[in-house]
Amino acid sequence: MRRQIPLFITFFVGTLLIFSVFIPPMETWGEDFTLFFDIIAVFAFFLGGGNLMRVHFNKLTRRKQDWTYSIVTLAGFFFMLVLGLLKIGNPGGIAASVTAEGSWFQTMFNDVLNPLQSTMYALLAFFVASASYRAFRAKNREATILLVAAFIILLGRTPFGMYLTAWVPESFSVLQIPNLAIWIMNSPNLAGQRAIIIGIGLGVVSMSMRLILGIERTYLGDDSG
Amino acid sequence: MSTRAKELITIAIIAVFSVVIYILKITGVMTGIEFSGTVSTIIIIAIFLALLVILIRTLRGHLVDRRTVFLFIAFSVALPLLMNISQKITVSGEVEQVYNAVIDLQPGSRVLVSFDYDPASAPELQPMAESFLRLCFMRDLKVIVMGLWPQGPQQAELAMSTILEDDEMKAKNIKYGIDYVNLGYQAGNEFVVQRMGSDFKSMFRKDYSGRAYDDLPLVKNVKNFSNIDYSFNLSAGYPGTQEWVQVAVDRYGLKMGGGNTAVQAPMMYTYLNAGQLEGLLGGMSGGAEFEYLANFTGKATKYMLSQSFAHMVVVAFIIIGNAAFFRSGREKKL
Repeated sequence: MRRQIPLFITFFVGTLLIFSVFIPPMETWGEDFTLFFDIIAVFAFFLGGGNLMRVHFNKLTRRKQDWTYSIVTLAGFFFMLVLGLLKIGNPGGIAASVTAEGSWFQTMFNDVLNPLQSTMYALLAFFVASASYRAFRAKNREATILLVAAFIILLGRTPFGMYLTAWVPESFSVLQIPNLAIWIMNSPNLAGQRAIIIGIGLGVVSMSMRLILGIERTYLGDDSG
Repeated sequence: MSTRAKELITIAIIAVFSVVIYILKITGVMTGIEFSGTVSTIIIIAIFLALLVILIRTLRGHLVDRRTVFLFIAFSVALPLLMNISQKITVSGEVEQVYNAVIDLQPGSRVLVSFDYDPASAPELQPMAESFLRLCFMRDLKVIVMGLWPQGPQQAELAMSTILEDDEMKAKNIKYGIDYVNLGYQAGNEFVVQRMGSDFKSMFRKDYSGRAYDDLPLVKNVKNFSNIDYSFNLSAGYPGTQEWVQVAVDRYGLKMGGGNTAVQAPMMYTYLNAGQLEGLLGGMSGGAEFEYLANFTGKATKYMLSQSFAHMVVVAFIIIGNAAFFRSGREKKL
């Protein structure tokens, strides 16, 4: 029974949701089922918070490598949790929105989280530049094609690309770097992306069928199936 | 000196530098600083010559390490922010599509804007959000804001507070609840979009500030997507434009344009060419092109100079890296 019940639930819900798309009277059933996602999401929030605490308390108490960072993580987590739950500094009091202007929670978001996350993302520029310098090599034919495409896109997305090929006559404007960049995005990129999307779609369909029919059972903790 | 000590000193210097810049920024000291045309030209020539020297040294067998690359990127991103150089902006078809879609809307039309990103992607998407919202208000459109990412509605609030400081916007006397509404965040990814297809209110019983849905004049008569004239999705990943297209556009026929990070934009061309997406702003350049069309010089136009310089430096280092590669007989690693 431990295996039959989850398999039956998967089969029942999966089949119902497929039918709800194709049979109009059943459309609302499918939408009602989406409410279950919200309910599960609530538990996922608790589970996520609980798991974060468990992992970092464990790291802290056992003095594992880089345990000092766990102090920062836990301090940040509890600090924001207290600010959010107690709505400290909130001009409208405990009844007002947690993100009301002037609340400590909102101030922390604007003045700490926002610049920190932007900084982390900005570091990408340095890593991309360093990786391009060290790894973008015309080692073989495929790598050379990739290199040339990257060159055209990099230049084509800036006004410099236009200045560099402004001398190309209008009748050959397709050879201007910005136009080449547009062609790469609209033709080779599009073809590749479509192939990937169709492949993913077919993969999702086949995996869904395997789950609904009970062929795929790894989600039950059983990797034999 | 140990490597650890060097690391700590570097971090301390960067931290002090950042704090000083931040204080200068909030006190307004940084606002007036701008390089003259001559200084800007000298800086550009200096960077170009330095790159040329590096190329020559590389060809002679002296390789540069990645810290030099980092230094050049830092200069090429930071210094153009203080330059007053205008660039010619060429508008691409997909950006024009978004602009035309907004222009074609009648005053009073309802526009749904979903903020599906967090502060990490704000440097690219926030300028788009500001210029798009600004154009909507200039055209007297009604804006409904929401988010499938928890921090999205907060990004919307930041964008609103920025554009409402503008004198032209102040003159419009934009009122919350009548001209725009922030419905806030709702968990559930594409399921939220699916539910909105039949009933907005079931997903947003209260707005971002806790007001009941029915108390908001702008949305109390909005039942589902059939009451929305155009939608714009600002997306940095999942859930984002792809999910909106698959559910709201394909199943419910919503008209939609997208604003994506440069990394994500190439994936959206599939939907754009199929006509499922009515326009696309891709990355900083998309934002700058939109600002150009909207006749507004915003952050994207300003930051675009930095991006252009950074791209050029990356291109230069790819050339230098390949020069080293071929010189060393295609063997030596950097």
